[in-house]
Amino acid sequence: MSEFLQQLINGVTLGCVYALIALGYTMVYGILRLINFAHGDVYMLGAFFGLYAARWLGAQTHPNPASALAVLLIAMAGCGLVGLIIERAAYKPVRQSSRLAALITAIGVSLLLENGGRLVFGADPKFFPQIIPATNIALGGGVTISNQQLIILGVSIALMIVLRVIVLYTRVGKAMRAVSHNHTAAAMMGISVDRIISVTFVFGSMLAAAAGVLVALENPKIEPYMGILPGLKAFVAAVLGGIGNIPGAVLGGLVMGIAEVLVVGYVSPTYRDAIAFVLLIVILLVRPAGILGRQTAEKV
Amino acid sequence: MRQLLIAALVLGVLLGLDVLLPHFLNPYLMRVLMLCGISVILAVSLNLINGFTGQFSIGHAGFMAIGAYGSAMFSLEIGMGWVKAMEASGAPPAVAEGAALLIALLIGGLLAAIAGYLVGLPSLRLRGDYLAIVTLGFGEIIRVIITNVDAVGAARGLPGIPAWANFFWVGLWVVIMVVVAARIAHSTHGRALFAIRDDEVAAEALGVDTTRYKVLAFVIGSFFAGIAGGLFAHYNAYLHPNSFTFLKSIEVIAMVVLGGLGSITGSILAAILLTVLPEALRSAQELRMVLYSLMLIILMITRPGGLLGSRELDLGRLFRRRSPERA
Repeated sequence: MSEFLQQLINGVTLGCVYALIALGYTMVYGILRLINFAHGDVYMLGAFFGLYAARWLGAQTHPNPASALAVLLIAMAGCGLVGLIIERAAYKPVRQSSRLAALITAIGVSLLLENGGRLVFGADPKFFPQIIPATNIALGGGVTISNQQLIILGVSIALMIVLRVIVLYTRVGKAMRAVSHNHTAAAMMGISVDRIISVTFVFGSMLAAAAGVLVALENPKIEPYMGILPGLKAFVAAVLGGIGNIPGAVLGGLVMGIAEVLVVGYVSPTYRDAIAFVLLIVILLVRPAGILGRQTAEKV
Repeated sequence: MRQLLIAALVLGVLLGLDVLLPHFLNPYLMRVLMLCGISVILAVSLNLINGFTGQFSIGHAGFMAIGAYGSAMFSLEIGMGWVKAMEASGAPPAVAEGAALLIALLIGGLLAAIAGYLVGLPSLRLRGDYLAIVTLGFGEIIRVIITNVDAVGAARGLPGIPAWANFFWVGLWVVIMVVVAARIAHSTHGRALFAIRDDEVAAEALGVDTTRYKVLAFVIGSFFAGIAGGLFAHYNAYLHPNSFTFLKSIEVIAMVVLGGLGSITGSILAAILLTVLPEALRSAQELRMVLYSLMLIILMITRPGGLLGSRELDLGRLFRRRSPERA
């Protein structure tokens, strides 16, 4: 039992990270119907920005919560800017073209970030500094949780709450919801659609950056291709929950993280990358629009 | 009669080129040429699914992997023995190897087609992006399974596959692929596929059996992807699961979209371009993939409909003074 609880804690932690990345996918999809394949690479950039920020701040030599927070915020700001540039330079010109053209552009951007990252950061893995030294907290019954896991849980839940408040209770959030329903109608209501789309990319990229820094805390080996697989899995998580649906992305991320950790713990670690997709196919066959997605009738 | 003559002519030209080309091209250029041929088969076969039928499949590398590993295992376990037996009984090596290769390829293609049937089935329920993700997941599952099955070399890769695929065989399958695709495009079945792509609901209302045609497109497309995989296996003589990642599927999609959805000649052009481009950029080394991705983005921004759109490249048009309609 205690082993299962331990796995569950690890699974929820991993799931929170997937959820943070999945939110970016689902928000962009909700607004543009675009699978932003470059999103996983923005997550990678987040980890690298965090690394450079930590070095610049000297956060490793004097670990304290303030500098760790600064590292997180710098990485988020950096990735928000990158998200803005990607949207303006690459996605905006193809917005009126076919969705496939936009998708190939997204793939191009993804390859560009990976290979550009390889060029700038080097191909060999870097080690993320220990900006918060690890300690384990016993929860009784042989179950432990590390302070890093606690931080991952706390920060991701906080960010999700902030996002929910923004989307539900602010003017920007209201505009985002309007644009995701109908671009033309939103524009006629005086909403600057271009600006809202940019804002969505910035929010999504910031969440991905936070996920990158949080993962690097626990798992400090970072390299330019680290975003591919988590990106894919987070996307699958978004689809699992019902793509375009914000609570769905969080639920999908959690399901995915827990399933993955349980497979590693009880089946075989070598199948950890397959479970995500098996789960996806099974769920989509039962609920073709995802767990929380609404099945829309096709109108002619 | 005329068709037989053309077929004989094609075979003759391919055989002639197979003998002549190695004298003119160095081994590196031969390799690029062979990879171009394999890419063309992959791109045109995916075009059947994505371009003709409008079903968004992003797991083509999975079908290719099934064909590659299926045919390679056949050759390693059975085919090589057959070739020895045939050579012992006096058959020329080229004939014996060709026969064994043909059977290996067909087995690989059939296995991939069966997989295509199984993947095509969910397309009855799923549409658009959801289908795309299922095909993506399928491709990844295949790769993870290959990485974990020891009998096919697992993560070590599968060495020692007989290198039977020469220019003749790759060229022959390119011709078969293009002819099959062109014949489909100009047939009733092709019209049905286009109708599904343009408007599935309207096609169904007009009596097109959309389910059957969508699955059919998947089966034919994956069969040829399997053939391409088999050719790759028997050309490269070594397989590794990392050759069949998500990135490989993406490469093939890029070829189809860049060439223009539904355009066979476009797929051929883009397949050659996207195979040659990274090789041509090899001198730029580190910058190679950066330039490649930049070009992909710029091409999509400047020509979002693909190089040729849905038109076909018609060489004859260049020579005709006036279009026949006006004359």
